[in-house]
Amino acid sequence: MKPRPLIEAVGLAKYFPVRQGLLARNSAVVRAVDGVDLTIARSEVLGLVGESGSGKSTLGRSLMMLDPPTDGQIVFDDTEITPFSDRLLQPYRKRMQMVFQDPFSSLNPRMTVGEILEMPLRFHAAALDKAGRREKAEQALETVGLPGQYLTRYPHEFSGGQRQRIGIARALILEPEFIMADEPVSALDVSVQAQVLNLFARVRQNMNLTMLFVTHDLAVVGHIADRVAVMYLGRIVEIAPTRTLFAQPRHPYTEALMSAIPMPDSGNRRQRIVLKGDIPSPISPPSGCAFRTRCPYAVLECAQARPPLRLVEPGHQSACIRDDLTLVSPLDAVSEASPTWARAI
Amino acid sequence: MTTAAAPLSVFATPAWYQNRTLRRFMRHRLAVMGTVMIALLIMACVFGPYLLPYDDLKIDIRHRFAAPFTGDHYLGTDALGRDTAARLLNAGRISLLVGFFAMVISTVIGASIGVIAGYYRGWLGAVLMRIVDAFLSFPSVFLVLVLAAFIKPNPIMITVIIAATSWMEIARIVETEIRSLRERDFILAARMIGASSRWIMFRELVPNAIGPIIVAATLTIAHAILLEAYISFLGYGIQPPLPSWGNMLNSAQQYLGKAPWLAIVPGLAITLAVASFNFIGDGLRDALDGRSDLK
Repeated sequence: MKPRPLIEAVGLAKYFPVRQGLLARNSAVVRAVDGVDLTIARSEVLGLVGESGSGKSTLGRSLMMLDPPTDGQIVFDDTEITPFSDRLLQPYRKRMQMVFQDPFSSLNPRMTVGEILEMPLRFHAAALDKAGRREKAEQALETVGLPGQYLTRYPHEFSGGQRQRIGIARALILEPEFIMADEPVSALDVSVQAQVLNLFARVRQNMNLTMLFVTHDLAVVGHIADRVAVMYLGRIVEIAPTRTLFAQPRHPYTEALMSAIPMPDSGNRRQRIVLKGDIPSPISPPSGCAFRTRCPYAVLECAQARPPLRLVEPGHQSACIRDDLTLVSPLDAVSEASPTWARAI
Repeated sequence: MTTAAAPLSVFATPAWYQNRTLRRFMRHRLAVMGTVMIALLIMACVFGPYLLPYDDLKIDIRHRFAAPFTGDHYLGTDALGRDTAARLLNAGRISLLVGFFAMVISTVIGASIGVIAGYYRGWLGAVLMRIVDAFLSFPSVFLVLVLAAFIKPNPIMITVIIAATSWMEIARIVETEIRSLRERDFILAARMIGASSRWIMFRELVPNAIGPIIVAATLTIAHAILLEAYISFLGYGIQPPLPSWGNMLNSAQQYLGKAPWLAIVPGLAITLAVASFNFIGDGLRDALDGRSDLK
């Protein structure tokens, strides 16, 4: 039986107008997100990957109604929240929270950790008094592995990893059902990344969280996600359960992304697929398949129509028209020497 | 930035920030001198009149135009034989108070408009900032003179008039600052939590813009003192017999040849106060440099 989705996006689009000159009309739009259908089931972790400029963060923010979408619907727990005003969204804010990329900019430098953590409670748990809020904040800090007495300190006294833990504590303090994590580890050192990822895995289990995990790093996604969606130029080009995606990528863009994952050399020479050029401008995307300009397998038909996401096997959708391709999986090279996350897949 | 817990406790939190600011301020020699000068000036103006043997309004025709350091009058007397020192200190009370309150009013107006314009942007921000531009396009001295010609000049009205013509600079500074601050993730985080616009503006944005606001406010005091001196000198400001540094200069001008000290003494006081406030502003600008302590 298919689990009921917690959050669902239908035809989601977010365009940004490009201003040209002082009085000029908005003559062009950046199609940051261009028609995305997405469902995330309860207690599922969906990884969203793509290179910078692919629109993955914008998609995440639109889903959270931080940047209301230009078009399309967002359905949260069977309620369409797209047309909601800030006031109507208020009860949903409690249920969906966000962890930010840059732990240096996401904490107000003029507030103590205690003030930062108590802020969500002020708005959503009016019944709590000062002492109650403090106690909750202390618990939240301990949940993320920091001692409770840190409450009186300011963000600048902490390292990047510790700050990110504080950011996670802030997102968790209201006990939300859904968390959108926007590149939560990409600003951290590799050693700290692992700790923070483990923290995510732990709280996800304990609190039965549903998550959208936005990242440009496939290795990170392999570690935490149940399913992975690959995004290119505002569209989802492939979506599959993590294991399937890694074992049997069906879209050339996924293959290229995966070939860039660093792997310990196991003797088998892996071929590194280096994409030519930059991601095309989202103001005027290429006709047909947006990836065809950089795709090593592109054929004439690719330019004709925008390929829709098609089911290629149960649970696995891809937007590539070339079914004849056999793409290289990074797991082909996996051996005993590989990192644990790769063997786990 | 440390990762270990223990060594951090050496720096008690708010003290760490303040100490660093204070340290950087103390390194600014002129700013420290300015602070000392202003402190002395304020103390002299507050307590001086009680200590001096003469009243600032007491007329003593027999001892008019006494030179400084000659008789019982430390700084000499004016055309009516009034004690210059007593008048200077009483004038200082008026001039400094006018400067201070003009700063408070213009900071509140300027910061509010700047915060609202920077936060909402869009048409509201554009309209507000065009109003600021419109005000800025008047030469403020003429604006002040025109206003003063219509309104009965008492110290309170003078303060209000000065404030009305000096809030624009603060509005501009604050607007720019808020515009850049509101793009930071902690503002998104606050919106995500469902914080109200008022909360975001006054609890999240303003505390982070406090550095530039303080600097602009300090420079505004200097500007306001100077503006008060201008209009009082031109006769539209503080009206005699109430002394102010500006109207002391005004009454001194006809005796410039005979008794130059009557102009020099208040002139020095104005220069000293204005320069000191400007130095303090410069020092604060360096010490409170927002960029480095936000990180």
